[in-house]
Amino acid sequence: MLGKLTLSAIPYTNPIIMGAVAFMLICVAAVLGAITYLGKWKYLWTEWLTSVDHKKIGIMYLILAGIMLLRGFADALMMRAQQALSYGSNMGYLPPGHFDQVFSAHGTIMIFFMAMPFIIGLMNCILPLQIGARDVAFPLMNNLSLWLTAAGAVLVNVSLAVGNFSRAGWLGFAPLSELHYSPGVGVDYWIWALQISGIGTTLTGVNFIATILKMRAPGMKLMRMPVFAWASLCTSILIVAAFPLLTVTLALLTMDRYLGMHFFTNSLGGDPMMYINLIWIWGHPEVYILILPLFGVYSEIVPTFSGKRLFGYTSMVYATMAISVLSLIVWLHHFFTMGNGADVNAFFGITTMIIAVPTGVKIFNWLLTMYRGRVRLETPMLWTIGFLITFTIGGMSGVLLAEPPADFVLHNSLFLVAHFHNVIIGGVVFGIFAGVTYWAPKIFGFRLNERLGRAAFWCWFIGFYVAFMPLYALGLMGATRRMDHYDVAAWHPLFIVAACGAAIIFSGIILQVAQVVVSIRQRELTRDLTGDPWNGRTLEWSLPSPAPAYNFARIPVVRDRDAFWDMKQRGVDLKGATFVPIHMPRNKAAGFIIGGCAFVLAFAMIWHIWWLAIAALAGVIVTLIRHAFDEDRDYHLGAEEVRRVEALHGRVAARST
Amino acid sequence: MSSDPTVLHAGSLALKPGYADHAADALRDLRQSGDAVDFRLDHHHDVASTIQLGFWIYLMSDCLLFSGLFATYALLNSHTAGGPAASQLFDLPDVLTETMFLLFSSFTCGLATLAMSADRRNATVGWLAVTFVLGLGFIGMEVREFAHMVAIGAGPGRSAFLSSFFTLVATHGLHVTCGLIFMAVMMAAVLKKGLTPTNRARLVNLSLFWHFLDIIWVGVFSLVYLFGVAHR
Repeated sequence: MLGKLTLSAIPYTNPIIMGAVAFMLICVAAVLGAITYLGKWKYLWTEWLTSVDHKKIGIMYLILAGIMLLRGFADALMMRAQQALSYGSNMGYLPPGHFDQVFSAHGTIMIFFMAMPFIIGLMNCILPLQIGARDVAFPLMNNLSLWLTAAGAVLVNVSLAVGNFSRAGWLGFAPLSELHYSPGVGVDYWIWALQISGIGTTLTGVNFIATILKMRAPGMKLMRMPVFAWASLCTSILIVAAFPLLTVTLALLTMDRYLGMHFFTNSLGGDPMMYINLIWIWGHPEVYILILPLFGVYSEIVPTFSGKRLFGYTSMVYATMAISVLSLIVWLHHFFTMGNGADVNAFFGITTMIIAVPTGVKIFNWLLTMYRGRVRLETPMLWTIGFLITFTIGGMSGVLLAEPPADFVLHNSLFLVAHFHNVIIGGVVFGIFAGVTYWAPKIFGFRLNERLGRAAFWCWFIGFYVAFMPLYALGLMGATRRMDHYDVAAWHPLFIVAACGAAIIFSGIILQVAQVVVSIRQRELTRDLTGDPWNGRTLEWSLPSPAPAYNFARIPVVRDRDAFWDMKQRGVDLKGATFVPIHMPRNKAAGFIIGGCAFVLAFAMIWHIWWLAIAALAGVIVTLIRHAFDEDRDYHLGAEEVRRVEALHGRVAARST
Repeated sequence: MSSDPTVLHAGSLALKPGYADHAADALRDLRQSGDAVDFRLDHHHDVASTIQLGFWIYLMSDCLLFSGLFATYALLNSHTAGGPAASQLFDLPDVLTETMFLLFSSFTCGLATLAMSADRRNATVGWLAVTFVLGLGFIGMEVREFAHMVAIGAGPGRSAFLSSFFTLVATHGLHVTCGLIFMAVMMAAVLKKGLTPTNRARLVNLSLFWHFLDIIWVGVFSLVYLFGVAHR
């Protein structure tokens, strides 16, 4: 009846896990209790959970990502603490099996459920506003993407309390992830969490390509789009190009584990190397799926806070496209040591090094935009400068690793760990914080607290160097990644320094949580009444903050890059006199229901509860068919209602004629 | 053209290729309000073409999914692990019949689209029904082939070759099954509501999907069955 699921699946003898579970349950209970106490269930359901408004979906993505950042960072702290303690006769506090779950969960969470929701959240919040669109191409599909991602995130967290998580690393390399070596439910949790959220991400990619290609404001030619929109387009194309391969790879591993097939086993003709190839054919583009939107964010922030047009717009666009193409032909540099031969290694080593060229073009473009500009060192700009320094160092260690001979020495060492954290924290994470701080007034209607934001920046910036520079040294000294214990005396001090760095980053995160709380409490002090708090250049700043549900009461006609800057130069009046009814999509429950069914389906598959899996799958199909026959999908917001909302923001002019 | 500079601007937009419609809309707005040069009251996006673009992008992502499966099969088809090889298993006349079912179903699906264009509702549903039956025949033959192979000990767990064979062919079969469900829903929708714009847009997507599966099958037929038997 319940498949493999029994009460013994709950690890109640492990105090660390049970403490974490109790904390999680208390948080969930507190949130649910607060919603009930405030009587907000109906509001939550009708205005948020079923919302098809890209701005609200974006905010929900950001919340999901923020929560998962805390979870993933807790894993990071546990690893740093273990490695600082576990030297010589001290075995630390985590047994190897638990430590393996912690690093697997850390990587999985940080990439799939922290970084991806953050960038997709930012794209949702800002992209339609930047291109002068009233919505995305497929609003309900957008809602579905969110709930599929959320279902995956919940699965990862459920694995903490019921059963266990994968011990096979964030990419679940075969044959370790095969049934023979990982017989438990951990790898299954990993597979299904990624499979479901991956499908959601693919749908997001489809949605944003269609939105950008089809829904731009009149006059906004492709080469007039903001660079963030270009970066989002390239990322969406890469998502559609790469994520199907993740789907295939996970599906083949599922076949091996569930139906006794032999794709990646080391018996009956299976080929584990094929798994490594397939997963990295998705995995390397994924790295650029993460970083490109943030390159876009920096390209918005630098011109705004330098009071200048972006230097080298055209080269920036071509560099973004070049990186997108190159990202598809470098995957093999992740396994130079696995016997591909010198010629193949040389090819992939060279393509990898070539990526440094367009990336370098970008770095110089940002620097030259700042050159002779009136640079304002507000918090988003601090993160950007922190990025420029940190990412360049990370990029250089990457070029070093791109040399196959050097990689033979450094492969699988902490040098590699230091490198990719150098680019992911320095590039992706700093970019996310820069973007959230920059667009917070547009998204939430008020600015984030400046003092706490700056303090958090310095903690992150310094903490990063203290935490990861020792790892470069440790890698060169021969320390491998994913060690739960070591006996080399020379390593111990460096691991302690790294743990101190993690603690400094931790204070940065505490300051950020405080920043969010303080900013919300003091929102009346920093409320953005102009819609343009930073003297912005792109169309999102031409709207009130936060933007009304329909975004643009009147669609701007674009005549130049930096469309809003151009409008301000020409003295265009933002007040409208005439309004027309606006066509709007209706909120629907289908996305949430399908996301819920997908969660149940995955949980049932993980625990082999076949009847429940079939029921959940039927739920998905029935919901889809019911939706196909649902004709009450949209409505028109009346012209008077539009006028009323615009008037609230002081955007109505007296009728001139 | 009037001497009003705002109208001049709208007129100059029309000179650029592709902007004629924008200019026309801008001029229309101008009559409604005084600020049409910098703003437009509404901007009509062609919803049907957006949906179709979205569906095309989805199809391309699906194509990449199959590319992964084809690549896997190409690598593993020699990994028979002492079990039966392709040349010992495939029965070409049967597979040809199966292929004909699918190819003819693609043809009748095209006839359904033509009937839709001619506004003939019953003919549309009729050809869809024929397509459905042919598709069902295809699935039936595929299931029979699979059952036979499992029965003689050549199931998907026997070797890496058979794993990749079953997964590639069954993934295509699963897609055809989804297409059949899609088709059944569309027949019901057309019978219930007629050839509404929504139903038309969906029928176009359905036929795209169906032809796409046909193309994938041509790949399966050539790469898996013909090549498999050619090495006999």
